[in-house]
Amino acid sequence: MLLRLLPGDPANALVSVGADPAQIEAAREQVGSNLPLGEQFLRFLGSLARFDLGTSFISGVPVSAEIADRLAVTVPLTVLSFLLAILIAVPLGIVAAVKADRWYGAAISVVSQLGIAIPVFWVGILLVSIFAINIRLFPSGGFPSRGWADPSGALYALVLPILTIAVVMSSSLLRYVRSATRDVLGSDYLRTARALGETFPQALMRHGVRNGSAPIISILGIELASTFLGAVVVERVFSLPGLGSMLLLGIEQRDYPNVQGVLFVSTLLVLLIGFSADLAQRLIDPRLRDRAAGARS
Amino acid sequence: MTLPEQAIPARRGLRFSPTLTAGLILVGLHIAIALLTLFWTPYDPASTAGGRLEPPSWSHWAGTDRLGRDFFTQIMIGSRIALVVGAGAVAIGAAIGVTIGLLAAFATRFLDDALAATLDILIAFPTLLLAMLVVAASDSASLWTAILALGIAMSAIVARLTRILAKRVLRNDYIAASRTAGTSWPGVVAMHVLPNIWPTLAVSFALQFGLAIIAEASLSYLGLGTPPPNASWGRLLQEAQGTVYTAPIGAIAPGIALVTLVIGINLIADGLRDVADPV
Repeated sequence: MLLRLLPGDPANALVSVGADPAQIEAAREQVGSNLPLGEQFLRFLGSLARFDLGTSFISGVPVSAEIADRLAVTVPLTVLSFLLAILIAVPLGIVAAVKADRWYGAAISVVSQLGIAIPVFWVGILLVSIFAINIRLFPSGGFPSRGWADPSGALYALVLPILTIAVVMSSSLLRYVRSATRDVLGSDYLRTARALGETFPQALMRHGVRNGSAPIISILGIELASTFLGAVVVERVFSLPGLGSMLLLGIEQRDYPNVQGVLFVSTLLVLLIGFSADLAQRLIDPRLRDRAAGARS
Repeated sequence: MTLPEQAIPARRGLRFSPTLTAGLILVGLHIAIALLTLFWTPYDPASTAGGRLEPPSWSHWAGTDRLGRDFFTQIMIGSRIALVVGAGAVAIGAAIGVTIGLLAAFATRFLDDALAATLDILIAFPTLLLAMLVVAASDSASLWTAILALGIAMSAIVARLTRILAKRVLRNDYIAASRTAGTSWPGVVAMHVLPNIWPTLAVSFALQFGLAIIAEASLSYLGLGTPPPNASWGRLLQEAQGTVYTAPIGAIAPGIALVTLVIGINLIADGLRDVADPV
């Protein structure tokens, strides 16, 4: 029952989902089918265990080095967008629930309805046409060639991409925060706290936040994974040299070691995120620690 | 998401709330346009007779693209592709997902645990990443690859929901009573399980429909979705991005079409939820 908390098994299961077909393709296209597939797959697993992802067919650069290079764009982009999305979503979500009967509470809900229906890349295109073409405030794409050696230039290049992802991610997050807040508002413990003389904000801070955040944190794992994928897509909009553009270039050029490497690392990251979200949830909610089996219904 | 303990009375009519009505109007509009394109479009979609990158005018409502094709025609065809992708992906996701979910609900403890754990892991993956995996593995991008990829990615979500809902129904006494009366397990599924779980499943299908359309647009935008002869909104946007300086309308109009359709679908989902799960 705790099987899914063991990092080894799910990782292996997913490697075969993701890497196996790619491996088969790679063998057919490039290496030739001189080796039995099973042996190739075993070799692939063996080199994965040593973090050896092979070398690119096209450039001859080790895949792991290239990935490390590109994570320097994708990871900051993902993390900063995610933080900004939380900063937007949590206060607005709480307001939307508490002030649902006021015009601004309803307005927040309507705008978030719009936000979950918009594809992230289109937000990017729109922001480019507003801020890069009409106002000329930010660059429409690209990344300084010196990378993070030029920190202000790098951050400047990431402003619009971060804003793009945060707008979309905060909309879906906001809806979770709103419904969690709504649950808290209808709860008996909040009414009791109010009856014991706490003011509404006091009661909300003391009892609401911790109770309300438990379901949110389980969502955060999935949301962070989506943010990462958003980053992969948005890199294309702003032509940023991240993991996403490496993946797409690899697919276009049939550079299978690169494709395989990126998919493997993405899969690993997504699993790691899910695992951490599980842990974080157990830390914040002692009830889950006691009944580990309770998650199964 | 609570489920009524008793089977829902068969003929309780659908109440048309404003939300549901607005959603049906928006989606109905897109369906009407999609059907229309089967017989008639303002221009031949392949005709390059118009001037290049013309601004919107009475003869070209959304201007023309860089090859001189009428943009409004392409957007109309985009409705058809979006609806086909959404419906196809939901059909595949529902067929696989409901089957696996029911199997898990009826399976032995061990198999059920294994399936549940696998589904939990798959669900941690964003639909788009799973779809990318399938497309990358399948080597050639086509409309059907995209539909299949999204359907497979969706099936995990559907399977988990089905499993949870079905197990909840199976705990009821009327199931045991029905079994005692001699109903077979397939009979129980048809008579009790499916009628009880479909309202909640329908809400999920509607939401997945919208997500599939967004995901297909993203795949197409990235060049992993429908190849050129099909005017997917994602691909239109990707092509128009290159000419956003001279012809901004091309980068705006397909997006508006997409957002109206997805909002319409989400409104239907909200409306259905109010019917399926009155709080």
